[in-house]
Amino acid sequence: MFWQQLVNGLTLGSTYSLVALGYTLIMGVLNIINMAHGEIFMFGAFVGLFLVTYLKVNIFVAMAGAMVAGALLGTLMEIVALRPLRRRAVSELAPLISTIGVSIFLENLALKIFGPQSQAFPSGALSGAEMQLGPVRISLVQIVILGISFGLMFILRFWLSKTRVGKAIRTTAESIETANLLGINTNKIILLTVALASGLGGIAGVLVGLSINAVEPTMGLSMGLKGLAVLIFGGMGNITGAMLGGLILGIAEVFTVAYGASSYRDAVAFGIIILILFIRPQGIFGSSTRQGGRF
Amino acid sequence: MLKISGLTTSYGSIKAIKGIDLDVPEGSIVSLIGANGAGKTTTMKSLVGLLKPQAGQIKFLGREIQGLAPHKVVNLGMSLVPEGRNILAGMMVLENLEMGAYQRKDKEVKADLEKVFKRFPILEERKQQLGGTLSGGQQQMLAIGRALMARPKLLLLDEPSMGLAPLVVADIFRVIQEINQEGTTILLVEQNVRQALKIAHYAYVLETGKIVLHGKAEEVARNPRVMEAYLGGAKAKT
Repeated sequence: MFWQQLVNGLTLGSTYSLVALGYTLIMGVLNIINMAHGEIFMFGAFVGLFLVTYLKVNIFVAMAGAMVAGALLGTLMEIVALRPLRRRAVSELAPLISTIGVSIFLENLALKIFGPQSQAFPSGALSGAEMQLGPVRISLVQIVILGISFGLMFILRFWLSKTRVGKAIRTTAESIETANLLGINTNKIILLTVALASGLGGIAGVLVGLSINAVEPTMGLSMGLKGLAVLIFGGMGNITGAMLGGLILGIAEVFTVAYGASSYRDAVAFGIIILILFIRPQGIFGSSTRQGGRF
Repeated sequence: MLKISGLTTSYGSIKAIKGIDLDVPEGSIVSLIGANGAGKTTTMKSLVGLLKPQAGQIKFLGREIQGLAPHKVVNLGMSLVPEGRNILAGMMVLENLEMGAYQRKDKEVKADLEKVFKRFPILEERKQQLGGTLSGGQQQMLAIGRALMARPKLLLLDEPSMGLAPLVVADIFRVIQEINQEGTTILLVEQNVRQALKIAHYAYVLETGKIVLHGKAEEVARNPRVMEAYLGGAKAKT
């Protein structure tokens, strides 16, 4: 029972982590909360669903498609809703409000295009096969979710710490002005970061859509709020924090349900977050100052 | 190498610099001195494109560069070591230096890294440490080393001696002179007027946004007004 729930919790948590990473990247570089991230996540889920249902593509191709769609939406958001605000000296809240506008727009667009009803992936999208591993029964869907989430997280970590562009992102996250002085085209790096974050959101949409087998226009809101909670819980703009925070939240939720308090699952999960924040107000991996070790 | 004429930059409706003319000949050290709030940092930021000037012309290597984006200015061969040094606190010393060579794709980056380590051995010792853990003087060395990694033709230094112990200050000024002797032109902003005039070939005095005096550094140092205001009056004669 325990091991089974742990695997279930890790699976759920890894999708939270992936969503939270999207917030974290944008938070790190632009110091804003992207309120439209949940809706980009939802759009990714729909794009994946439609690719599988109507174009009959392989589920992994659909995930790649959802990632591209998410990245495109992110690019558009940066160009239309964020960059124009950076050029002039506006209040720090302006870009936040701007992303709320994007989120309302995207949700309504989804209602218009896809309709309000919940839709499911066709049964053939991914076989329902299950495996018995010791005490744990694990489905193919879970394996795919775990593999892709953890794979993406580790690739991202490696890419940020080792590659030239990854280092440019970290430099920009420390200070846009310093990055400029070092010869980094920060507008390009910011665009890339927003696109990357949104791409991760898009693919997370497909993973969650697969696991709960339901895709609907309002799914962005609840997922968005959980990602946001993980962002604060893990420490603003800290990648390790987002990864670990998501896993803890997922495991907490699954265990609450498993041990009989299913209607309290969110209450218990968020209760734990509140408790930890009492002890570490800056989040598990956050530093109390902005200086130092964002990613 | 660098020729500024009529440069004017404002913050909102407040003009921080009002029509500055300044010349930096190739191979020289030029010091720009003045009190707090005179507009020295504004001048530097306008040169590298962090601030957009309202009027005037900046000619660098024969090209007009006013209003150009900072990363393009770096590409032309002008690098600024900003006031306060702007070390990447959460990145390793080595990464800080690597980021200095961000735009370079030639194969001599490694050799230049060795040169920086030779100039500042303490940086090699601490290359795996985070930038934020260095002392003030080490951070200044890192900031200068990082700027050199871009192989600038013109190096702008904004208050490199600020907040440093006297011994370290002497070190930094010696290094600045060495860098210049190796062929890099330098524009130096300083409040440590005595030292700045000692190593410079030419000097400009900035007061409330205007150049009030300029000339050869030793002439500026002998100017009674400069002695009175910046060199502690009669004491400077000795």
